[in-house]
Amino acid sequence: MTIHNEVTSVSLDEIKTLVSQKALDGETMLLNMGPQHPSTHGVLRLLLELDGETIVSCIPDIGYLHTGIEKTMEDKTYQKAEVVTDRLDYLNTVGNNLAYCLAVEKLVDLDVPIRAQVLRVILAELQRIASHLIWLATQALDLAAQSVFLYCFREREKILDILELVSGQRMMTTYIRPGGLWRDVPVEFESAVRTFLDEFPRRIDQYEDLLTKNPLFVDRTKGIAVISGEEAVRLGMTGPSLRGSGVDYDLRKLNPYSGYEQYEFEVPLGEHGDVFSRYIIRIQEMRESLKIIQQALDKLPYGPVRSNNRKYVPPPRSELGVSMEALIHHFKLWTEGFKAPDEAVYVPVSSPRGELGVFLEGDGGPKVYRAHWRTPSYANLQAIPKLAEGHLIADLVAIIGSLDIVLGDIDR
Amino acid sequence: MNAHLQTTVDALEDQFALEQHTFRDHLTLTFERELISEICTQLRDQFGFIVLTALTAVDYFGRKSPRFHVVYQLHNREQDARLFLRTPVPEDDPVTDSVVSIFPNANWYEREVWDLYGIRFAGHPDLRRIMLPKGWEGHPMRKDVPVKVEETRFTFNYKEIDLDKRYVEE
Repeated sequence: MTIHNEVTSVSLDEIKTLVSQKALDGETMLLNMGPQHPSTHGVLRLLLELDGETIVSCIPDIGYLHTGIEKTMEDKTYQKAEVVTDRLDYLNTVGNNLAYCLAVEKLVDLDVPIRAQVLRVILAELQRIASHLIWLATQALDLAAQSVFLYCFREREKILDILELVSGQRMMTTYIRPGGLWRDVPVEFESAVRTFLDEFPRRIDQYEDLLTKNPLFVDRTKGIAVISGEEAVRLGMTGPSLRGSGVDYDLRKLNPYSGYEQYEFEVPLGEHGDVFSRYIIRIQEMRESLKIIQQALDKLPYGPVRSNNRKYVPPPRSELGVSMEALIHHFKLWTEGFKAPDEAVYVPVSSPRGELGVFLEGDGGPKVYRAHWRTPSYANLQAIPKLAEGHLIADLVAIIGSLDIVLGDIDR
Repeated sequence: MNAHLQTTVDALEDQFALEQHTFRDHLTLTFERELISEICTQLRDQFGFIVLTALTAVDYFGRKSPRFHVVYQLHNREQDARLFLRTPVPEDDPVTDSVVSIFPNANWYEREVWDLYGIRFAGHPDLRRIMLPKGWEGHPMRKDVPVKVEETRFTFNYKEIDLDKRYVEE
């Protein structure tokens, strides 16, 4: 019991540079919020300095979900390290796999067939919609709109069904692999995605009917946590949280990867930089994602889904019985793994939360030497002291929700 | 290479001792740790690298002579140029200058590097542990800290491992 207190308690002396003089004099109150609090979206802990109900300063305390994923990756070969990337941002598993695989492909200079690239885009955009649905559900729930929560989870389940169809797993898919995909999608895939595309636009309209003009929702989101574009850039924010302030920065447009340059879509931008702008941006992003999926599905070409470079990609199962070389490659790849050069690469992709970047360094051997994840939630959460200043505690709940943080992504 | 990146590097090379390295489309500049504040200020104010994308460290335990490298990733969004900076930091004096006054979002990244690698940042306003709990000893991302603390038990080494257990008192 004493050990627990020693670790979690924070003395006033430690944080005296972060609070105002009033807190040291005892005029304002320090209140602990979290880590076990329903509206902190996981295990985020916030120390709040309060003047009445107004927040004077807000000090985030993270690390309650630190599992040493980067250290674990250093112990694994390039193929095996991918499995832990699903566990980082557990609402964007396909996106994490994509970022990691793009980094590995850049490090070892590996090509990806076009069919695999198109399928990657479809799945990444489906995952983006699923992630935004969770965000919408929890944001609405935090602001006491319970029915939206249930509707969003209903639709998200349909996306998870599609992921299960292609990979056998609902969430931790590890379906995208260095050099392509694990295997081709089943024949039912196209009709399943088309069914989803047909019915989902109506669902978005329903969510908007429930929230966009709802005075209870609007009163609690408009004009809350306003941040200007320059300030947001300075604090390192990315993704919808940054675009809500009107800054046009989307890596799908700026540095297209996996063939994003071939699709027509808009990057929605907000005007006011408040919680409501970020809400509108994410709703519109779901509609744009649908457009991308529609275009990708229409042009989905036939062909292989894995690179033919046998030094990095295992051969198809059917060849093992008839080809000695295939057997050797298979054996070498699954016992030793492939070797990557003694160099470092950085690959950023656009995750539902912002710029997700993988810094990957090899040492000439088959194991990852250093992998650093530049995660969007980590960067966005750094802005919360600035955003929360001067607002009421009740608004803080809306602010945390509007940043769309995932603690698995922050603590790693 | 990006034209803007080329002019930036040419201008910097006139003033400072830099080592250039290019891999794929990444340009990395390596230089002494004392120069970091000055170079970052120049890059931000004169060359438009206003965003610090990430800041991290790499441990070259047993491979390179200054053991650590602190890696800075800067981004100029208007010109779409990314620049990587590396400053070697030796093991016996793991201190480098903080860039929080130049890029405010370096705050948590530097705390993370201090927490996991034990590299101090001079001039950081609030250098506390960020990931690990307060009384933690050591810096786990260093390469001399093992990933697996316990060896896998097989028939041939079962007894040796068992002897180290706390429950074997007698």
